[in-house]
Amino acid sequence: MKIGTPKEIFDGEHRVAMTPESALQLQKLGHECLIEAGAGHASGFADEKYAEAGVEVVKTAAALWKAADVVAKVRVPDDAEMKKLRSDQTLISFFSPVADEAKMQAAAKKGATVVAMEMIPRISRAQKMDALSSMANIAGYRAVIEAGNNFGRFFTGQITAAGKVPPAKVLVVGAGVAGLAAIGTATSLGAITYAFDVRPEVAEQVESMGAQFVYLDFEEEQQDGAVTGGYASVSSPEFREAQLAKFRELAPEVDIVITTALIPNREAPELWTEDMVAAMKPGSVIVDLAAEKGGNCKLTKMDEKFVTENGVTIIGYTDFPSRMGAQASTLYATNIRHLMTDLTPAKDGVINHNMEDDVIRGATIAHASEVTFPPPPPKINAIAQQKNKPAAPKAPTPEEKRAAEIAAFKKQTKNQVTLLAVGGALLLAVGLVAPASFMQHFIVFVLSVFIGFQVIWGVAHSLHTPLMAVTNAISSIIILGALMQIGSGSILVVVLAALSVFMCGINIFGGFLVTRRMLAMFQKS
Amino acid sequence: MDFGFTTAAYVVAAILFILSLGGLSGQESAKRAVWYGIVGMALAVAATLIGPGTGFWFLSIILIAGGGAIGYQLATKVQMTQMPELVAAMHSLVGLAAVFVGLIAHFEIGRVSGFLAAGGDPYELGTFAALIAKKTGVELSILRVELFLGVFIGAVTFTGSVIAYGKLAGRVSSKAEKLPGGHFLNIAAAAIAVVTLIWYFNTGGFLPLFLMTLAALFIGYHLIMGIGGADMPVVVSMLNSYSGWAAAAIGFSLGNDLLIVVGALVGSSGAILSYIMCKAMNRSFVSVILGGFGGPAGEQMAVEGEQVAIEVDGVAAMLNEADSVIIIPGYGMAVAQAQQAVSELVKKLRAKGKNVRFAIHPVAGRLPGHMNVLLAEAKVPYDIVMEMDEINDDFPSTDVAIVIGSNDIVNPAAQDDPNSPIAGMPVLECWKAKNVIVSKRGQGTGYSGIENPLFFKDNTRMLYGDAKASLDKLLPLID
Repeated sequence: MKIGTPKEIFDGEHRVAMTPESALQLQKLGHECLIEAGAGHASGFADEKYAEAGVEVVKTAAALWKAADVVAKVRVPDDAEMKKLRSDQTLISFFSPVADEAKMQAAAKKGATVVAMEMIPRISRAQKMDALSSMANIAGYRAVIEAGNNFGRFFTGQITAAGKVPPAKVLVVGAGVAGLAAIGTATSLGAITYAFDVRPEVAEQVESMGAQFVYLDFEEEQQDGAVTGGYASVSSPEFREAQLAKFRELAPEVDIVITTALIPNREAPELWTEDMVAAMKPGSVIVDLAAEKGGNCKLTKMDEKFVTENGVTIIGYTDFPSRMGAQASTLYATNIRHLMTDLTPAKDGVINHNMEDDVIRGATIAHASEVTFPPPPPKINAIAQQKNKPAAPKAPTPEEKRAAEIAAFKKQTKNQVTLLAVGGALLLAVGLVAPASFMQHFIVFVLSVFIGFQVIWGVAHSLHTPLMAVTNAISSIIILGALMQIGSGSILVVVLAALSVFMCGINIFGGFLVTRRMLAMFQKS
Repeated sequence: MDFGFTTAAYVVAAILFILSLGGLSGQESAKRAVWYGIVGMALAVAATLIGPGTGFWFLSIILIAGGGAIGYQLATKVQMTQMPELVAAMHSLVGLAAVFVGLIAHFEIGRVSGFLAAGGDPYELGTFAALIAKKTGVELSILRVELFLGVFIGAVTFTGSVIAYGKLAGRVSSKAEKLPGGHFLNIAAAAIAVVTLIWYFNTGGFLPLFLMTLAALFIGYHLIMGIGGADMPVVVSMLNSYSGWAAAAIGFSLGNDLLIVVGALVGSSGAILSYIMCKAMNRSFVSVILGGFGGPAGEQMAVEGEQVAIEVDGVAAMLNEADSVIIIPGYGMAVAQAQQAVSELVKKLRAKGKNVRFAIHPVAGRLPGHMNVLLAEAKVPYDIVMEMDEINDDFPSTDVAIVIGSNDIVNPAAQDDPNSPIAGMPVLECWKAKNVIVSKRGQGTGYSGIENPLFFKDNTRMLYGDAKASLDKLLPLID
């Protein structure tokens, strides 16, 4: 099969989908490679290098589209290119099935096969082809570099003979691939880096990159990342409020804000509001990586850099990967190469478009004259489901659970009935012999024991010592016995009773005071 | 004032006491609960004083005030680490008071019967005497059994608590010691008590009661002497329970329902605490009370490897790098008075954004909940203090576990070695953490005298020395 890569015609696009290095690998799979003259020029790959690597350099785009069986490119084809697309040709490129629906329909009508790089499922096996991640990685890195370029100070704090330089504070919002790359870059430049994400489970990743995770005082069960394929989902209004409040608190402190928050197939959420921009120090920089989807900051102008009235630079570029053409091309070409490897399992230069394969099926949006979007859900989850309760690894089925509950309930009932029966029989036996006056007190006694058992089980574990002190204090209720008798009769009785009263007095005051002292110490953090 | 008022006051007091115990289910409500208890007690005492049949009420108030002054002194002066001793000492007072009240009741019976024989009006003698006078023969016999029981339990509580106090305060050897003859002496003393009960039941004389009191005092002494220091949480809660039952028994003999109610509450409370403690040690109540661990069923696993020591700077480096730390305090922390230093360490680590928590084993320390109280005293916030079940699953994801002065509660042999004396006892699985630091005075074994394989694990480092001294050295190194 002939794999051809035309020159990107989108203005300012520096990337190319094939490099001399990737061409060599593709040839090993039995393919022939074609490239349009000058395609690699913008990212530093000369035509001669391609020729050296055995790539046929084709003069015009038209000739290339005609000759190639597989066209691999970066940007979605424009209308002119769509016309060149022919039946039985395979197109591999970034291709949004939602935004470019018309083009998808057209391609399908023509009978061409379209593999959209955006649609590569996020499963471990497909990571080597995940162009979104590799581009996001570059974008995150570049965002910090762009910020640094427009920031008038060092990132790292220094104490020099010429004075003390405070370290820059960087806040990264959204800890996806781009966010994590930005965190890594900012920390390695020496900035104090904070990061926030709506998915609390990424806190560990953030901290592993050397940034501090910004926690919210908010309890909400965020949807498990595994359900949404590892992407963030929409959060509740209350959560959003808590989040914005936290950002407002941080705004005056931070020097550089990098926002990367995107929710798949939605407009970017507004996270950095105008008043936060106004609160920032002059000279601060905002890099909005979500500019293409409207921006996390509504002031952002797409593809532009501008300075607000209070001196805050807002960068809304959308071509960060393209700005690092050589690096981006290398990574993207490698992604394409890996995809081709999966498409040619026999390494014999014949493409086997296996629609049963999760990855290929997921990424293919047009095939055999039909639109094949959206794909069925992949057979394996992108990320393992988070274990909410590690204590219950194998969740019993509802029936099993019910059966277990019923069994436990029956056992409990049996135990209670047995206890009640035995207890009742004992009471009866006592009642048969004992006189009524005794039974009267006895009933009080039994009931009190019962209440005691019911009440004490509820006592918090950490309060066991105060419980002992309190019970100790109230057990000196025996003072009543002494008080009732102190007035009667012989001197011996009076002395003994007086001693008892005295000791109980120690106990009552001591016990209660100690308990109060202990409890007063318990405090929340 | 008549009986109606007193009874009404008793009902209110009883309800207040129940609320007081129930309120201990949470830290915040507990503070209110104590006031319920105090008001309940005040109400009960006041109602009894102005109720019928008491005399010398002025003397009584002076005595209560005097006792109160001493109690106040004790309660404000005592250090939190001495809390177990104080509680034990106070139990002994209740026990002794129960004995006295029981004896008084006995004298009253004798006096009233003499008085009745002389043909006098019993109402002149006061309410209790009047109560006795109305009793029939059977009721009088039951009364004797009740007060006999009250005196018996009270006497056991008294000496038992004194010994427990001695052991906790270090004045009596904390080892399990028995007189030659062991449990036979206990059985003999119990037999004497039974014999004297029958004797007393039939004759009502003072001698059998006196003999029984001596026997009970001996049982209390010998029983607690035979229990090792590590089992003290169970002993203290058991004595707590006894003091309650003694009060209830006295309540029966005096026909006072409030005494019965409160005695039963306290008794069941102590019984439940003992049960919880025993369960936490995976031992039956009987085996704790009868002392000793019992012979192991087979050869215990030999411990291999060596204990690797570490210095404070190594610990500091480890802590500086760690993200999550769990601290497991034990009695050693209380002994070394290290809770302030621990609190300081936690404050420093938390200020650096590290996740620091405490893992408390149910039987850590010498009293149920002992560690919680010490940590609270050192101003450690209670929401980072976790119970065993809450935190045991978190050890594998923890960077550093710090064991301060605990031994048996972190002994992996409880899980690994079926022949270990503590096999099956639930333990804190700190060895699953990435690193374990054990702060310990020396290489010896702990209270129970069992070798602890934890100290020999590859990821365990031993920080020898007094816990407080070690921590004080460590603190400046945490940056």
